[in-house]
Formats: sequence, C-alpha cells, structure tokens
Amino acid sequence: MFIKPYGDTLDDGAVQLSFTLPVCCGGRAKEGARQYVLKLGFKHAEIVHAHPLSPEFTFFVAYAKTDVALDYSKVEYAEAVDKSMNMTQVDEFIKEHFKRKLVILGACTGTDAHTVGIDAIMNMKGYDHHFGLERYTMIDAYNLGSQVPNEKLLEQAKRLKADAVLVSQIVTQKDVHIHNLTNLIELAEAEKLRDKLVMVIGGPRVNNKLAKELGYDAGFGPGTFAEDVATFVVKKLARTLLKK
Amino acid sequence: MPATKSKLGLSKQKIAGARALAAKIAAPVQKYIEKHTTVTVERATLRLLGADGADKDGVPVPNIVVSQCGEAAAGGAARTYINALVKRSSTTEQLNEEIAAGLDITGIPAADEKQVKARAADLVERLDARISGNVKYRRERLAEWKEAEKSPLIYVIVATGNIYEDVKQARAAALQGADIVAVIRTTAQSLLDYVPYGATTEGFGGTFATQENFRIMRKALDEVAAQEKRYIRLVNYCSGLCMPEIAAMGALERLDMMLNDSMYGILFRDINMYRTFTDQHFSRMINAAADITINTGEDNYLTTSDAIEKAHTVLASQFINERFAANAGMPERLMGLGHAFEMNPSTKNGFLYEYAQAQMAREIFPVHPLKYMPPTKFMTGDVFKGYAMNTMFNFVSKATNQSIELLGMLTEAIHTPYLQDRYLAIANARYVHENIADFSSEIEFRKGGIIRRRAAQVLDETAAMLREVEKAGIFDAIAKGMFAEVKRPKDGGKGLDGVFEKARGYWNPVEVYLRRKLKISR
Repeated sequence: MFIKPYGDTLDDGAVQLSFTLPVCCGGRAKEGARQYVLKLGFKHAEIVHAHPLSPEFTFFVAYAKTDVALDYSKVEYAEAVDKSMNMTQVDEFIKEHFKRKLVILGACTGTDAHTVGIDAIMNMKGYDHHFGLERYTMIDAYNLGSQVPNEKLLEQAKRLKADAVLVSQIVTQKDVHIHNLTNLIELAEAEKLRDKLVMVIGGPRVNNKLAKELGYDAGFGPGTFAEDVATFVVKKLARTLLKK
Repeated sequence: MPATKSKLGLSKQKIAGARALAAKIAAPVQKYIEKHTTVTVERATLRLLGADGADKDGVPVPNIVVSQCGEAAAGGAARTYINALVKRSSTTEQLNEEIAAGLDITGIPAADEKQVKARAADLVERLDARISGNVKYRRERLAEWKEAEKSPLIYVIVATGNIYEDVKQARAAALQGADIVAVIRTTAQSLLDYVPYGATTEGFGGTFATQENFRIMRKALDEVAAQEKRYIRLVNYCSGLCMPEIAAMGALERLDMMLNDSMYGILFRDINMYRTFTDQHFSRMINAAADITINTGEDNYLTTSDAIEKAHTVLASQFINERFAANAGMPERLMGLGHAFEMNPSTKNGFLYEYAQAQMAREIFPVHPLKYMPPTKFMTGDVFKGYAMNTMFNFVSKATNQSIELLGMLTEAIHTPYLQDRYLAIANARYVHENIADFSSEIEFRKGGIIRRRAAQVLDETAAMLREVEKAGIFDAIAKGMFAEVKRPKDGGKGLDGVFEKARGYWNPVEVYLRRKLKISR
C-alpha cells in the first residue's frame, strides 16, 4: 500500500513547511526559498509568507506537493506496549506474579537538570490525571531527581535491589543524551547489572527504536503516562521470571 | 507599572498578616546569616576588590586565594589579599598574575594595619565608582529612550552553548522586539564551586556564565540598543554554588537582571540550606547596590506540583522572597517576584484561575516588577496547541499588568528555540499587548464570582501555610518537605563544607561598604 500526504484530495501530496534561511528578506529571498523547496524534491512549491528576523535572516512558510510515495506495508515498528493496564490492574498483576513489591528507580541522569519527565512518571500526583508510580501500592518507587551520575544510579539500584531503572533525558543538544545513555549501558554491563535490571529510557527525543539500538529494554516518548511504563516493566519482569 | 485599584477585594488585613508571618519566618535565618560566611561570599568579595584570572589549569584566582586561606577564610579572605597587595606594592593585576603563577600569599608577613585599611578604602572606592558608573549609564539610557519602554517587558532566552552564536540570536531577538535577553547557563554549572574563566563556546542547553561572556553579550546588546533606541536588558543566573560571585560579575559588567531566589538552590538543586541562605543574602546586597532587578523562581514550584492545588505555595514563597530581599537592603522596585501560567489546559475555567492568580500577585505586590513565566509543563509536540496556549498566557500577562514576561516558545517541549520560534513568540506577544492595551482598566470582576473567590481562597491557604512554616521554623519546614514537596535535610545537600562561622575580628570591607550603601543596620 503506497501512501502520500493528504491535503484535501487523496494522494495530492500536500505538505506544510516552515524554515529560516540566512538571507535578507525580499523578492530574491522568496524565490530562493521556493527553489530550495523544489531542491528538496517537492513539486509546485509556494512561499505563502516571508518575514525578516534580522537583516541577515528570513523566516518562510511554504506549501508544497510531493510525488514521493511510501510503501506502508514495509514499515516495521514495535511499540513497547500495545495496550496498557491501569494502576489497579498493574498492582493486581504484580500481586499475582511476584507476590512481593517491585522496586523501581527513576532518575534524570548526567548533567541534565530537568525533572519534568521523570516526575511525570514517578510522582504520586503524576501528570494530567494519570497517577505516578509512587501511588502504586505494589511498587516501591524511588525518584532520585535530576543530575544523577550514572555510577550513582547503578549504586543505588544495587543497594535497593531494584527490579527496574527508568532514565529520563530531556536535554538533547549535540546528542548529549546518546553519549550519556550509552555510558550507562556500558557501566551496567561492566558491573554485571544489565541482566538483573529492566532498563527503560524516556524523553522528548526518545522512542522505542532508539532505546533498542542503545541496548535498553524499551523507550518512551512524549505522551507517555506512568501506566504505560509500569505495564511494560511488569510484563517484561514476568516474562524473565517464567524463563528462569 | 500603573497602580490599579483593587479588582479582587482582597483583605488588606490578611495581606499584612501574611507579610508579618514572612518577617517572623525570616528572622531566625537572618540571625544565622549575620554570623556566617561561605567560600563563595569570600570569593565574591575578592572579585569585587579586583581578584580575577585563572591559573594554567583554569582554577580561578579567587578560588586559589580562598583555598590558600583554608580555615582562616573564616576571618575574611580580603585581609590576606589586601595584605599581599600592600606588602608587595602590587596592583591587583600584578598580584593576580603572580597568584595564577603559583605565589602563596598566606605566608606574607602582616603589613601595617593602617596601610591595609587605606588600601581597602582605595579598592572599595574604585569598586563604587565602577558600580555607580554602571547604574548611572543604565538610568541615563532608560531615560533617553523612555518612549520605547513598553509593558510588560518582553523577555526571551538564548541557549546555544556558544557565546558568539548566542550573540547572533540575541541580536535578532532584540531587533524583533525583545526587551530582555537571558543567556541560559549550561546544565550543571549551578553545581560547580567555581566560575570558569574566559569566553566559552562549548555548553549543553546553555552557555557558561563567565565574566568575559557577560562582557561580550553586554557589548552586543548595547550596540543593538543604540541602533534601536531602546535599552536591551541582559539577564543571567545568580543561583547555585557561586551565587554571590555571579552577582559580583554582574555588578561589574552591568547586567540588568539576575535570576536570584532565596530557596531555589535548596529545593531544586539540592544545595545545602545554610549555604544557600548565607549566599543569597550577600548576592542580594550586591544586586541591590548595582540596581539589578532580581527574578525569583516560584515558577519551579508548579513544574513539580499541581498549579491549581499548590497555587498558595507560590504566594507563600513570594512573601518569603520579598522579606529576604528586604533584609538585604533591596528596594521593592527591584524585586521581580516570580509566578507562572502552568495549569492543566484541559481544566474547566482554568483561564479564570490563571487570571485570578496573576491579578492577585499584581495587587499584593503593586510596585514589584513581577516576572511572569509561560506554560511549559503541558506543552507538547503539538506546536499549534502550544501557540494557542501562549496566546492565552500573553492575554493574562497584559490584562493583569505583569512587568516582565518571559515568552513561551511553541517548541517548548521539543528543542531549544530556533530563531523563528522566538520571532513567532514575540509577534504573538506584541499582537496581544497592542490589541488589548487598555483592557485592564476596562475590566472589573463580579463580587462573589469565580475570580474573586479563587484569589481569596489562595490568600487564605497561603496564610495557613505561612503559619505552619513559622511554627515549624523554616529549616525544619524545608526538611519536612513543606515546599515543592521536596525534603532536604539540614546537613544534607552540596556546599555545607564551604560555610564558616565568622571568626572573631572577621573583616570584609566590601560587606561594610554594601551595608553602608544600602543602609542596612546591624
């Protein structure tokens, strides 16, 4: 099945773009922007708005059409979880399969000082009316906060006998999150902790595919709630338990 | 900002009661502060006296001197530094170079006390000339370009990590209409117990705060200001383990605003509470002396807690910040108390609650240059929804006469702002500000209506919270997690080992100067 963007007619290939070019605003800039959009491979590019940001920069809004189509049947992507359980179901699931509380650690690691992501998943209050893991009766949740060094996270995981660690990365400038996440996996392997822990990452520029590539069990992007992460963690732990 | 008549009918008695509680809460902390100094207070003092530069490993001269002093820093590091200047008959520049090259100044024999005091007086006079000159320059420019001054002032952020790239973005932002440019610091600088030296081009999510970077950005903004005939204010972060040193650098390089909160470091950066309280006081004296407007960080409470349920924690913190600032001799016109538009956008009547909160802050703090922060917590990758939310925020900001408006970026949850994101934010703000210019003087709120009731409720909850904090004592209140739901033990956190009880005969000529200038009685 081949697909193209849909504007107002099937397969019209209509796309909306906005971008800035390092040129002074004017007729030549608009024509340059139009040609640039064509160079990207679009057809019928139209610059509908141009505005100077400074004498050296101009902002453009463009509409364009594309002939490029994608064979959607060839696209593969596995979500970390298909259907999430709710908080009560997760607690029940833990009671049934483990007969003890699970220990989950969360942290925003490296130099990253943003707690907004890990707080959304961990805090009692949760986010947007979805309670965080601290509220789950069968989970001992520890939120280590921000700027947690990888070494410290693993040390705490060992000390608290954690079943899973959740790592949040918000700052992604110059791919700092990739370096930091890779470092954590390497440390966990060196410490022989990798097989004992379910390791999950989250953040605005994170998804399940990236997580797998970096050696994590799962990755969660924007729009994730505590129950999504909890569902993945408990099911993964149950599968590992069955294997033993 | 225009002093508006009360639209909320808040009880003056209750407001005065809350202020009195804040004074009671701050009093024991102030007693502690008077008796203590910290490594960074000493380093800030040295910087203001002229200590600068770094050794070949990048260790700053002020750090070298305070390390050399060791425990003796409890008597005041200024004496050691000035003594060395006198004994070696050096200029500060010469001595700085020698210290950077390895000279230990603690072994130098004591000079004549009179000569030390005389040299200190000279250095303080030079300092006062520099600071007063900066204040005068700013006042003259603001007076000269008065017509260009709008309200609220539009505040934007640059955060490339490279000071030269920051300059390009700041210049573009100023040309588009920004009045205030903040250079975000690189992540984790707040936890460094030194201030790096020189111009920097590497940083994550921000740029190192260094004196040279301050100078570079100041120069660039002054150039755009002259071109635009509009004074452009420069902001940095006076927080973390080097709070007073950043204040010192800002005073010397004419920054105009500083993010400077009395409790932020404790709650959100896990810096020890004794360290933070002592540091914030000294840093605020410097800011006040240099006529620098502070911005407090109450918005942070709402990114960790719910903005509707915990609205009173913001107001409580504003009262406490106000008191600590006053204790540092800071006039109200420099107290940019913070708050934020962070309620869940799917809340029914959420806009009315936001409006009530902002109007309440304006009425309780009528002459304070309130700093209003945009939605961040509920911003998603949906840039179109985000742009709509920012429009609502801009509306409340103008309608309630906020003073400093940090603009929301439509790409808030995605990446550090692109050039065009900032333009779109400024265009949105200018459109709303102009389109509802006199809305505030047209509108009144219904007696017994949602907005009045909400404001009264938040004020009541605030008073109740302040009573509890006063009863527990603020040190214990923080330890118990009464602020931002974060618990910080008294002896926990970073930097406690850098706090000293002032030794008998403690001498700090800069402190004496600041207290005199700000008319703070002992």
